[in-house]
Amino acid sequence: MKKKNQSLKQVIYLVVVSGLGILMIYPLLWMVMSSFKESNTIFTTAGQLIPSKFIFDNYVNGWKGFAKVGFDTFFKNSLFISVTATVGTVLSSSLVAYGFARGRFWGRKALLVAMLLSMMLPAQVLMIPQYLWYQKLGWVGTYYPLIAPYFFAIQGFFVYLMMNFIEGIPNELYEAARIDGCSFYGIYARIILPLITPALITGGIFSFIWRWDDFLSALLYVNDSSKYPVSLALKLFSDPGSSSDYGAMFAMATLSILPIMLIFIFLQKYLVEGISTSGLKG
Amino acid sequence: MGNTIAAIRKKLYQDNIAGVVCSLPFIIGFLLFMIVPMLVSLYYSFCDYNILAPPVWVGIKNYVKIFTGDPTFYKTVLVTFYFAFASVPLRLIFALIVALLLVKSTKLTPMYRAVYYLPSIIGGSVAVAILWKRMFATDGVLNNVLGLFGLNRDFSWLGDTRTAIWVLIILAVWQFGSSMLIFLASLKQIPASLYEAADVDGASKWSQFWNITLPLLTPTIFFNLVMQTINGFLAFTQCYIITQGKPMDSTLFYTVYMYQQSFEFYNTGYAAALAWVMLLIIGLITWFLFATKRFWVYDGGL
Repeated sequence: MKKKNQSLKQVIYLVVVSGLGILMIYPLLWMVMSSFKESNTIFTTAGQLIPSKFIFDNYVNGWKGFAKVGFDTFFKNSLFISVTATVGTVLSSSLVAYGFARGRFWGRKALLVAMLLSMMLPAQVLMIPQYLWYQKLGWVGTYYPLIAPYFFAIQGFFVYLMMNFIEGIPNELYEAARIDGCSFYGIYARIILPLITPALITGGIFSFIWRWDDFLSALLYVNDSSKYPVSLALKLFSDPGSSSDYGAMFAMATLSILPIMLIFIFLQKYLVEGISTSGLKG
Repeated sequence: MGNTIAAIRKKLYQDNIAGVVCSLPFIIGFLLFMIVPMLVSLYYSFCDYNILAPPVWVGIKNYVKIFTGDPTFYKTVLVTFYFAFASVPLRLIFALIVALLLVKSTKLTPMYRAVYYLPSIIGGSVAVAILWKRMFATDGVLNNVLGLFGLNRDFSWLGDTRTAIWVLIILAVWQFGSSMLIFLASLKQIPASLYEAADVDGASKWSQFWNITLPLLTPTIFFNLVMQTINGFLAFTQCYIITQGKPMDSTLFYTVYMYQQSFEFYNTGYAAALAWVMLLIIGLITWFLFATKRFWVYDGGL
C-alpha cells in the first residue's frame, strides 16, 4: 500500500514538473516552428505547433535584411561589439578584482563601496546622463559608447565574481611566489589569471550574452543602418511598415538567439556556477 | 634621469602602490562613465535644454513641473510600481516553488533545470519581445489555444487597459530561472541534520518548511528582492518594443517615459530631472527594504 502511494506521488511529480516545463518552453518552440511555416499560414495555424510542411524560404527572405543591408552585416556588427566589449570586461575586471582583493592601500574600502553602488545603479538610470556626456565627447553615432566603458571594469558584477575567486586562492601560493621573486604584477599574470580561468570563462559568457542582447545603447548611439547590431536591426525589421513578413521575422528572431542558445547548451555548467556562487542575478 | 625612472619603477612596484595601479581602470571608469555623467545631468536638470540649443539656467523649474504640472509623471510612477510589485513577488514565489521541487535530484533534474533556466537567459532579447507581442496579438497563440477550448478568441490582450500590463508581468515572471538557481544553491547549503532532528521530533514536512527552510532562506530572498525590485523599476526593452506604453499610457514605464521626453519630445533638461527623481525613488525603496530587514530576515548562525 505504501509503495503504491509512493509511485503515485512520483507520477504526480513527473506530470507537474514536466507540464510546467513544457509551458515554459512552448513560446520558444512556437517561434522556432513558426519560422519553418509558410509566412501567411503562421497565424491561421497558430494553435498548431508542428508545421505541416517544413520550408526554409523565411530564412532566405529574412537574411536579405532591409534598407539594402543584409543580416550578415548585422551579425558581424554584433559579433564585433560583443567580443571586443567582453575582452575588455574580462581583462579589466580581473585586474581590478585582483587589486581590490590583494592590494592593501588607502581608500580601498571606499572603492569597494563605490563598486557596490555601481552595481545597484543600472544602465537605465544613467541612460540620459551618459548620453549627454557622450554627446559632449562626440561619441554619438560611433561604437565607442558600446565598447570603451567596458575596458574600465564598470560592471561591478564581474569584479565581484572574480574577487570571490581570488579570495579563495590560498595565501601560501602568494608567499611562495614572493619568495621566488615575483612582483605584485607578476603574480597577477602568472598565478592569478591561470587559477581563475573558470571565473574568466563564466564572466566572459555572461558579458557576451548581455552585450549580444543589448538593445538600449544601440538604440541610443548607433544611427547608421550599416552599423546596426542584430538586436536593433531585428526591432526595426519587425516594425509594421518595414515588413509584414512574419515568417522572415520569426526566422531572423530565431537566428538572433541561436548564438546564445549554443552557449547555453554547451557551457551551461559555467552559467549555473556563476549564478549560484556569486548569488547574483543573471 | 635614469635614476628618476628607476625610482618611479621602484615606487610602482611597492605593494600598496601596485594595488592602486591595478584598481586604476575602475577608478577612472567610475569617474568618467558614472560620476561625471551624473554631474553633467545634474546641471542640465536645472536648465531648459533640448540638445540643439545651448542650455539656459532655469533653477528648479523642471522639478516643480514634474511634481505639480505633469499628470503623466504620476501615471508612469503608478504603472511602474504596479509592474514591480506584481512581477517581483510572483517571480520569487515561482522560483522558490520550483526550486523546492527540484532540490531532490533525480536523473531528469539537470534537464528540468535547463528548461526552467533558459527563459532567463534569452528573456531580455529583442527576439523574445517580438515573440511575446505576437503571442498575445488578437490572432496570436493565446487566443488560438483558447479557441481550441471553445472560449472567446477575439480578445485583444494588448489593446485592453486591464490586461496589457499583465502581458509584461507574465513575461517578467516567466524569467524566474536565475532566482530559482540561487534558491537551489542556498537550499543545498541547509544541513540535513536539521531536518533529521525535526523528523525525530515528529515535525511535519509543512512545519519543517515554515520553521527551517523558509527562515534560513530569508537572506537569499532579501537579496533577490532588493536586486529585482530595482531591476523591475528599470525595465525598458520589453515595454518599449511590446506596448510602447499603449493603450492610454496604461503600460508606460518610467524609463520609457524618460526616453520619450528626451529623445522624442527633445525635453532633455526635463528628462535629466526625471532621471534624478528616479534615482531618488530607487534610493528610497532600497532604504525602505533595508529598514524592514531586521523584522523578517534571519541573520543568526546555524
